Amino acid sequence: MAPRLSEQRDAATAVRRFGLGPKPGDIARIAADPRGYVLAALANPAAARIQDSPELEASPAVFAALEEARIEQAIMKAFGQNGTAASSQSATVPANGSATPGALPMMVEAPPKAAPASQLAGKVRREALRDETFARINRAVATDTPFLERLVYFWSNHFCVSVTKGQVRALAGSFEREAIRPHVLGKFSDMLTAVEHHPAMLIFLDNQQSIGPNSPAGIGRDRGLNENLAREILELHTLGVDGGYSQADVTSFARIITGWTFGQGEMVTAADQGRFIFTPNRHEPGAFAVMGKTYEQPGRAAGEAVLKDLAHHPATARNIARKFARHFVSDNPPPALIAALEKSFRDSGGDLAALTRALVSAPEAWDRAPAKIVPPFDYAVSLVRGFSLQTPPQEINRLAAVLGQPLWQVSSPKGWPDDDNAWMGPSPIRERLRIAEWVAKSVPGTSDPRLVLADLAGPGVGELTKQAVARAETREQAFELMIMSPDFLRR
Amino acid sequence: MATTQYRSGCREHLTLSRRQLMAGTTSLALWGLLPKTAIAGTRDPRFLTIILRGAVDGLALAAPVGDPDYVRLRGKLALPKDGAGAGLPLDGFFALNSAMPYLAHLYQKREAIIIHAVSTPYRGRSHFDGQDVLESGLPGVGLSETGWLNRALTDLPHAGRSEGQKGLAMGAVVPLVIRGSAPVMSWTPKANGLPLRLNTIERLMDLYSHTDEGLAKAFAEGLEIDRVASAGAQASAAMAANPAMGGAPAAPKPASAQPQPQPPRPFRDFIDTADAAAKFMTTAGGPRIGALSFEGWDTHANEGVITGQLANKFAGLDAAIKAFADGMGPAWKDTAVLIVTEFGRTARTNGTEGTDHGTGTVAILLGGAVKGGRVLADWPGLADANLYEARDLKPTRDLRTITKGILRDHLGVPDGALAGHVFPDSANVKGLDGLMA
Repeated sequence: MAPRLSEQRDAATAVRRFGLGPKPGDIARIAADPRGYVLAALANPAAARIQDSPELEASPAVFAALEEARIEQAIMKAFGQNGTAASSQSATVPANGSATPGALPMMVEAPPKAAPASQLAGKVRREALRDETFARINRAVATDTPFLERLVYFWSNHFCVSVTKGQVRALAGSFEREAIRPHVLGKFSDMLTAVEHHPAMLIFLDNQQSIGPNSPAGIGRDRGLNENLAREILELHTLGVDGGYSQADVTSFARIITGWTFGQGEMVTAADQGRFIFTPNRHEPGAFAVMGKTYEQPGRAAGEAVLKDLAHHPATARNIARKFARHFVSDNPPPALIAALEKSFRDSGGDLAALTRALVSAPEAWDRAPAKIVPPFDYAVSLVRGFSLQTPPQEINRLAAVLGQPLWQVSSPKGWPDDDNAWMGPSPIRERLRIAEWVAKSVPGTSDPRLVLADLAGPGVGELTKQAVARAETREQAFELMIMSPDFLRR
Repeated sequence: MATTQYRSGCREHLTLSRRQLMAGTTSLALWGLLPKTAIAGTRDPRFLTIILRGAVDGLALAAPVGDPDYVRLRGKLALPKDGAGAGLPLDGFFALNSAMPYLAHLYQKREAIIIHAVSTPYRGRSHFDGQDVLESGLPGVGLSETGWLNRALTDLPHAGRSEGQKGLAMGAVVPLVIRGSAPVMSWTPKANGLPLRLNTIERLMDLYSHTDEGLAKAFAEGLEIDRVASAGAQASAAMAANPAMGGAPAAPKPASAQPQPQPPRPFRDFIDTADAAAKFMTTAGGPRIGALSFEGWDTHANEGVITGQLANKFAGLDAAIKAFADGMGPAWKDTAVLIVTEFGRTARTNGTEGTDHGTGTVAILLGGAVKGGRVLADWPGLADANLYEARDLKPTRDLRTITKGILRDHLGVPDGALAGHVFPDSANVKGLDGLMA
């Protein structure tokens, strides 16, 4: 008996829905056991990590560099060398007409001039972001366990920070490496704890500015509570917007985590530089109730207890299950799939390896045709992987940006949207065709489009896609149609 | 709207600036003033090959109006005997499509040969494979990284040049026919960036409309944005000529600026490219051998032989031929142009007023150096029993006999090379005598 269509499609599903698109030969190689291939990637959680290196510094080292730049700047200022460039630190100029003719139009930071002191910190941020961006993209192109990367992207987006906010520019990469990557197959509560203690998140959602009104630092001052982090933890990171919390819960939680900040500047020791610290001086005294439970622990312990409870709350299990299914399977995932994921999350106490296995084991995750539009970053990476392009990482980043998804540059704490409508705007789709034309011109003239399609789409490829490619007028057109086919644009 | 270009970071093209191109025009004027003795004894032949990709319907370009089965097979796609759209007379048996008056003029001047019922050795019906055989010069399907024209370049007499001939490739992608070890310069008209190709857009819309409603809607809207952004007479003309493009309504034209009818964008690009090729090929010390390709001949539905898509394409080709001939100026007398396609189309009209992939078709050889004014055809006839596989015009001439004749008699490529590495395994395919004046 011939295999069902969905079975013929399994290998493509494995490398696309659960990956970053095939490299040449991948689909044939895993055809015997596509599910086994996906699950095998889960055997080695350490492979999700990207280690520190001289280029990729840990957050405290980034802060140390920023602090050095600040001191140097202060010294130069004292000697009157600051000049007028102080306000131009974050100026942007169009890249058009610069050293990269034909490059995509996008805004880049102005190159440093004769290193005015005020730009030293900017340089640290810029270089950190560049090195982290390259490392992330190089990993995406090269990895043999792309499913782990997809998990990193999901959780990094769930707990997003944006480089558009001050020092986050220097920290977005190390945040992902420190708070996300070690936990993608660990416990949700551990990832939650790591995220909410990380300087990048404390800066992005303003908690380092939050001061208890009745704390020693707050009494008699105008400055006080900032609810931003507390609200987003409840609304986005854990329970979900319909998770049953009230404004009173938000305010209470915000009071509880006053004093959660990080060490920076001359007032803290070198050991605390760039690390989470709890500042009793800013902490709101008293016991507060969140979701019906009163937390009386002293100091930072109350906030940690709230996080632990939120991680295990049933609403969190539902919220995560829904989002996980939406991301990997469909804008409207089957209720049975959501239920299976929710049960796995709850029963395992938020074990993300169990959650991930439940996803891969669910028939609903395999039995449907490619549904979700491949988002820009993954799309750009998949073209480079599939067609063995020698595209430098900065160019891959540009492609993602021009399609609307510049890396770590989300416009809201909600992260990149996860529905087709977000990526199917008329302009980006047309832009994808231009990219397809460019790829088609880069493919060696000796490749047969029909063989490439069979290689990269597998035996379950859409009949009409196959026909369109086979009947194309030219080799280039065949590659353009292939890249623009639903089999490539969706997963 | 700004057009975006993408760099692959691994391709390099020799490109000439617009200014250098203008310099070419200047030297053309000077060339005309040179005393003939300066070039006496050193013929300076030019050769351009034009690849029409997508399989041209040869029976629509040069119609066998004298064949008793022609009208029966072609139905609405047959050229009328008289009245609007009637074919332009060639030799009494064949008539030229009325969209090609300039080609008819060259024929009358004895500067064009229509070669009919011709084909490469390829007998399948895949565009890629067909184009591979056409351009590689191999006797059958097989991957090749070089084309026959490039290999021929390495065998050309130096004719007073200190170095070997350099080839010229027009367009963003160097056609396979001129790829190879001999140096090739390529030129891309960059002024307006890369236009999205209408043909690809139509095919994508067709794919989406059958498979993916969401993509179909988004893509149609994207094209509409493009159209509005580049609003103008030319863009409107392109859209108007392509009702298949998502049914986008044509923008109303301001009454004050009624534009002259213009060929749609792809044809204008082709005409500009042909014109630019002439400038290069008349530049002193410039390339003499060139290749370019023109896509969009795959007319499966609503072929529009008399008015419509194919007639428009013929008109574009005709205008491009004229642009090239005009551009060559005095050098036209030393010029030959070979226009070829990978295979022909079915002899019968299909169910959607189009034609499907076939076999025998036409090739055109033209230029001041050509002994023209004739149709070269060993006509097989269109009776059912005479069709190839009961569906296609039967090929009775190997295209390589033409190509070899040109390369030998016009460019001086030795017979040994032609039967050797230029067209491997072709010793029994003799180059045709007497093609050149």
